[in-house]
Amino acid sequence: MRRGWFLPIAAALGFAFLYAPIVSLVIFSFNESNLVTVWSGFSTKWYGQLLQDQQLLDAAWRSLQIAFFSASIALVLGTLCAVALVRFRRFRGRTVLAGTVAAPLVMPDVITGLALLLLFVAMEATLGWPSGRGMVTIIIAHTTFCMAYVTVVVQSRLADFDGSLEEAAQDLGATPVRVFFDITLPIIAPALVSGWLLGFTLSLDDLVIASFVSGPGSSTLPMVIFSKVRLGVSPDVNALATIIIGFVALGVFAATIVQLRSRPKKARV
Amino acid sequence: MSSFDAEHPAPPRRRPWNMVERGLTAIGLSGKALVIAAPALWLAIFFLVPLAVVFGISLTLKQFGRPPYTPLLTTEEGTVQLTLHLNNYILLFTDSLYVAAYLSSIRIALISTIITLCIGYPMAYAIARSPDRWRNILLMLVILPFWTSFLLRVYALSGFMRGNGVINQFLGLFGVEPLVMMQTDFAVYVGIVYTYLPFMILPLYTNLVKLDGSLLEASADLGARPVRTFLSVTLPLSMPGIIAGSMLVFIPAIGEFVIPSLLGGPSTLMIGRVLWDEFFANTNWPRAAAVAIAMLIVVVVPIMLLQRAQDAVVER
Repeated sequence: MRRGWFLPIAAALGFAFLYAPIVSLVIFSFNESNLVTVWSGFSTKWYGQLLQDQQLLDAAWRSLQIAFFSASIALVLGTLCAVALVRFRRFRGRTVLAGTVAAPLVMPDVITGLALLLLFVAMEATLGWPSGRGMVTIIIAHTTFCMAYVTVVVQSRLADFDGSLEEAAQDLGATPVRVFFDITLPIIAPALVSGWLLGFTLSLDDLVIASFVSGPGSSTLPMVIFSKVRLGVSPDVNALATIIIGFVALGVFAATIVQLRSRPKKARV
Repeated sequence: MSSFDAEHPAPPRRRPWNMVERGLTAIGLSGKALVIAAPALWLAIFFLVPLAVVFGISLTLKQFGRPPYTPLLTTEEGTVQLTLHLNNYILLFTDSLYVAAYLSSIRIALISTIITLCIGYPMAYAIARSPDRWRNILLMLVILPFWTSFLLRVYALSGFMRGNGVINQFLGLFGVEPLVMMQTDFAVYVGIVYTYLPFMILPLYTNLVKLDGSLLEASADLGARPVRTFLSVTLPLSMPGIIAGSMLVFIPAIGEFVIPSLLGGPSTLMIGRVLWDEFFANTNWPRAAAVAIAMLIVVVVPIMLLQRAQDAVVER
């Protein structure tokens, strides 16, 4: 078929639209001037200034901890949920479980945040726990929506490889738990890695839900960035954004390598 | 080492999961029940119960105190009384602010979805038709922004569109007066299109890459011009992808909070922002809860459409 000129040009413009704002942000993070958009020379002073901002560093550390715990708990729960949905064909409440685990994917953040906060307040009034809100409540909230993503990712991987390997192991006398750890887990490992990374990134990025369920003194990084941005654009946010974008790019490359390496194995299976 | 040697059998390796299994049997739980129960319990407590709580509180009234809403159940002289107020819901229908906010959210989400489709479709098609070795790189370029912080991308866009931003500086080179883009509905459209474009491209790509090239050739052989082939072959076949992509943009756009508050102006009315203000600025928890329940109903309809579109794909 003859290749037209329309598609390549449209795609190039589309990619330019996707990347131009990010690229300009990275460039201006090295700008000397206090004015965000007037170029006056190369400088890394905004990066130095970030290291002095204790509030920001605290929030970043808190966010990393929250993301680590949320992604890890979500990994365990999401994997169990995926195994239940793919491997156990029939059990009572299957449709309800399938629907409930996927629902946070499409639920507007404002509703999820509000609902969890109202739950925590009601629990505090009746059970006395959690007293106040902070990292624990944010981790619970993030686990709930990260779990949905882990389940989707692991589910598709589980559905991909056929169950005959598991059956063979079972026929050879392996117990179900052993089948899971010896056969199933190694095969779905790449999905677990990408599920965890996805959860980690989404937790780091969440502003709305964390704003609802955090208490005083437990602001996360996005909350600090949001309040800074609301006051006006400041060049140190550019530097911070560049660092985060750099880390994410590295992470995506790492994840891609993990997936590429797992491919020959999959072929052998 | 020869484990088959009858005189020196290999010692049985200790495996931690044998102990896990023994422990489970000891407390009388089958593995299967535990696998299902753990996630189910978590979702029940932290997803279903909260929604019930929201619904309950949407039927109370604001009051001063802790918690800042009237109790649903009161015990008076040994009798339990259930008090439900419908005031919040009545207000949603009678106060023009809420009706306008819902309508304007739907309008903004709908228009941005259509623009995203117009930009995303050619991109997805171009990627699907590109040579094999390019395809993965281009796909990765689509996914990369999706992994990059949502908040920071909206922020990057605001640096691009503001009064002395990159676009206006560029236009200034040609002597064009600076355009006012920030704090307008226009900026909100651009913001939604910009941040949700990957959600549109990915399902469209998965659909278009499966398109059978011989159908296009057949159409061309029968004398159809490219535009005709596109309209009567490609477009109908890619309908499931169009619906899936559009829903993935439309559904989250309705409840959007970050984009209208960073890019929009004071006149930009979106329901996610109304809920936020009702809760944080007015601290009217019952009304915020009612706004949330009504919003949920607005979102459920497109979700059901999405489900049907996906079922249609599975059936094919």
